[in-house]
Amino acid sequence: MNFSLSKEHLLQQELFQKFAEKEVKPLAEEMDETEQYSMELLAKLHKAGMMGIPYSMEYGGAGSDYLAYALCMEEVSKHDASTGITISVHTSLACSCIDGFGTEEQKQKFLRPLVDGSKTGCYGLTEPNAGTDAAGQQTKAVLNGDHYIINGTKIFTTNSGFADTFVVFAMTDKSLGTKGISAFVLEREMEGIKVGPNIRRMGIRAASNCEVSYENVIVPVENRLGKEGQGFKIAMKALDGGRIGIAAQAVGIAQGALNEAIKYVKERKQFGKTISSFQNTQFKIADLQTHIDVARLITWQAAVAKDNNEDYGKLAAQAKLFASKMANDVCRECVQLMGGYGYCREYPVERALRDAKITEIYEGTSEAMKMVISGSMKIF
Amino acid sequence: MSKDIYVVAEQRDAVIQKVSFELISEAKRLSMVTGEKVYAILAGAKGVAEDLGDFYRAGADGVIYVEDELLKEYTTEPYTKVVSEILLAKDPNIVLFGATSIGRDLAPRVAARIHTGLTADCTKLEILDWSPNQETEPEKLLYMTRPAFGGNIMATILCKEKRPQMATVRPGVMKREDIIAECGATPEGTKEEFKSTLKKEDMNVVIREVVKCKVQKTDIIEAKALISGGRGIGSPEAFSMLKELAELLEADISSSRANVDAGWIDRDRQVGQTGKTVRPSLYMACGISGAIQHVAGMEDSDYVIAINKNETAAIFDVADLGIVGDLKIIIPKLIEGLKRYKELNRC
Amino acid sequence: MKIVVCIKQVPDTNEVKLDPVTNTLIREGVPSIINHDDKSGIEAALKLKEQVGGEVVVVCMGPKQADVALREALAMGCDKAMLVSAREFGGSDTYATAKIIAAALRKIGYDLVITGRQAIDGDTAQVGPQIAENLGIPQVSYVEGVEVLNESTLLVQRQYEDRYHMIEVKMPCLLTALTELGEPRYMTVKGIVEAYRQEIEVMDYEMLKDDLDIATIGLKGSPTNVYKSFTKQAKGAGTKLTELSPDEAVDAIINALQERHLV
Repeated sequence: MNFSLSKEHLLQQELFQKFAEKEVKPLAEEMDETEQYSMELLAKLHKAGMMGIPYSMEYGGAGSDYLAYALCMEEVSKHDASTGITISVHTSLACSCIDGFGTEEQKQKFLRPLVDGSKTGCYGLTEPNAGTDAAGQQTKAVLNGDHYIINGTKIFTTNSGFADTFVVFAMTDKSLGTKGISAFVLEREMEGIKVGPNIRRMGIRAASNCEVSYENVIVPVENRLGKEGQGFKIAMKALDGGRIGIAAQAVGIAQGALNEAIKYVKERKQFGKTISSFQNTQFKIADLQTHIDVARLITWQAAVAKDNNEDYGKLAAQAKLFASKMANDVCRECVQLMGGYGYCREYPVERALRDAKITEIYEGTSEAMKMVISGSMKIF
Repeated sequence: MSKDIYVVAEQRDAVIQKVSFELISEAKRLSMVTGEKVYAILAGAKGVAEDLGDFYRAGADGVIYVEDELLKEYTTEPYTKVVSEILLAKDPNIVLFGATSIGRDLAPRVAARIHTGLTADCTKLEILDWSPNQETEPEKLLYMTRPAFGGNIMATILCKEKRPQMATVRPGVMKREDIIAECGATPEGTKEEFKSTLKKEDMNVVIREVVKCKVQKTDIIEAKALISGGRGIGSPEAFSMLKELAELLEADISSSRANVDAGWIDRDRQVGQTGKTVRPSLYMACGISGAIQHVAGMEDSDYVIAINKNETAAIFDVADLGIVGDLKIIIPKLIEGLKRYKELNRC
Repeated sequence: MKIVVCIKQVPDTNEVKLDPVTNTLIREGVPSIINHDDKSGIEAALKLKEQVGGEVVVVCMGPKQADVALREALAMGCDKAMLVSAREFGGSDTYATAKIIAAALRKIGYDLVITGRQAIDGDTAQVGPQIAENLGIPQVSYVEGVEVLNESTLLVQRQYEDRYHMIEVKMPCLLTALTELGEPRYMTVKGIVEAYRQEIEVMDYEMLKDDLDIATIGLKGSPTNVYKSFTKQAKGAGTKLTELSPDEAVDAIINALQERHLV
């Protein structure tokens, strides 16, 4: 069992690290303040191949793996969690549905532009009245000859402000409950898709996240992923992978905040010495780093399990559950270590704290994670 | 037996560059140890060797020159050919070049052509005894010391067997001496024209255009020297004063965060934790208190001068030379002082 | 056009720190990078290939660990990578290094050779010109711009301190690159995956010995060698002058500047 990264993974990590420091870091503060994601940065992410990391070169992807994707998520999230979620929703949610359940034709048509750098994707599952209870979908897709007509509203759709491709879930047969949901690939140009304004949030403010309404959107039958009724399964499978991305994002948010705090305490002097010379500070930092390292390891374990085609759902849920709580705790402590300055918007830790909260909520709340984990343990 | 010290002089538009005289003076100093003579090699277009007084004044015993249209502007092959031919004919002990963008193109090619060793960017040259063991009679070698590893360490290099021992030296490192003969006249020296076999076919490039330009503005991270203003400069207009000082010292302007926030100067000039990290040869901190957020961005500078009214300012903990005083009075005087100094030392 | 870019793997000397207790360099944990000037050379080569077609081969002389640098170059878009490595090459100064690399280049074949102007560890700027001398081809150093005029000629912008030359030079030739020649592109994830699927050919002494005189390589073949190395003086606490009149302060400053050749 080798816990070190291979040379190939180390080189990818180096790319992500350099890119994040040079391209993402300088923009993070401004994007957060203006609540606007930079389209130039998005284009650069596409160009570097960071939006199709685990997808096969056969479809135009980078041909790498989920472990590399997790490394990417951590490196970018160290500086900007919004960039993390932008990559994650596109990669783990939108692309994976098509990659996992699309026909060869659908993959060439829809997956290729998403992973070769041309288009950005988003994933519409959550509705105003259907969050953790995803089965309570109200968006409807009615078959009409060679096409479906889709009506409904989705909320909190990340990337929808600028995405080209929308993977949307809708009820094709209400009487079948979760087995009556189907998955569809929509494109922005389709008439009837109305994207609302960016929803004002506590954190990841630069990420695009909007309410999207679908009014009589005509979707060809060829755009349905998998069979009718497979939608819920497709959605849940995508989220399994997405959780690994979020866990990595949380690890990145926490590590980024701790790196800043460490820099600060080595320089800040009070009572005649640096804060880092107080044992209280040293112990605190030891604690925080240990928690981050543990979270990182279980995230990698989940990613490697997925890459090896092993069962990874429970691991992914555990990683997200642990890492998201850890990130919130660590960021709060980092703000505390930096005192008044930690609370100022000029320093990045307060943003890290605001960003961390969402990792306990989206792509499955921590409560939902506990459902997944206890469910797999068969204790009841 | 290889003998004498040669300096390959550098000219641009027939103006001999300062570094050449610095090296001739250094060569003279070295030659005192071995009792050798110092010669300068000068290549250029017709007329370049007309007035050689400065060479002799700097310490050259003689000048060997080649005048040819092909040598008007520097190009690698004609110069390499001419210099190599002279060195092979004269068999010197030591040859020095200025480590300029010309010298660093020419010297290595010459060294490879005449099959000898070359040491670049030397900051110190000494002639000392060396011997491989106790029994062997020591001989005098050129000890060439230079920075390595990005300037983090110094290395002393020897070229034990091959001749000539060659080195390049940066401008401004060695001191130029002007030797005035007893009656106040220029000391004398020899002048020899070298017949090179240079021909048109030796020119293997074509210079399409020569564009002279002012030194371009650099990112403060690349500046060799920085004059930095803190809150203590008092007003945005004070930056013009700092600019004047910067020009005299071939420096660039930078600032602490306070003035950037106040809109007195662009953010790309900010030095510090939330700005840039710089490590110039000279950092002059004017009216900067020295808060850790600023110091973190400049503490690796080679030489720090700080001017601040407040004796207890933290900047003095990292300044090599700290002046407690009013910069509004000191800097204008410093500007005048530097102008006078440059006038007196113009070459 | 077949372009061969010579690169060197160097420690990131900006990250090297001095141990304050022993006053020696801390070399462990210092990341290895492709030398900056060389990386701009790679970028220039890739751009030229995009313009006129051809092949970009990247060559590195170094220990086995240098393969990481070559993989990075491949991941940026170079077509082929070769590592020049052998026990016999160790300890070479610039004269000997140039002999070895020139032999490798003769074997690989080239229309254009690009090297960096200088490496940030050796800082000599000698290897490029010395390779050109060994190959007997024209060199232009301090290159900040390059354009293809026709299939045999390049137009190059050569930087001097106070001017620049626009120079026409015929291939085969050698250029030494400045970072001004181009901001190096990022690797791509796909590039990295493919780079690790490629074999990196190792050119050792056996492969080059017919073209090399053993007397001119390695430690023994180097005309120069290091007599000793030592660290500079650590920056100590400076002098603080109080109670000076403004004129005295100015004198003190000018003296200090003069002593250090800063004016």
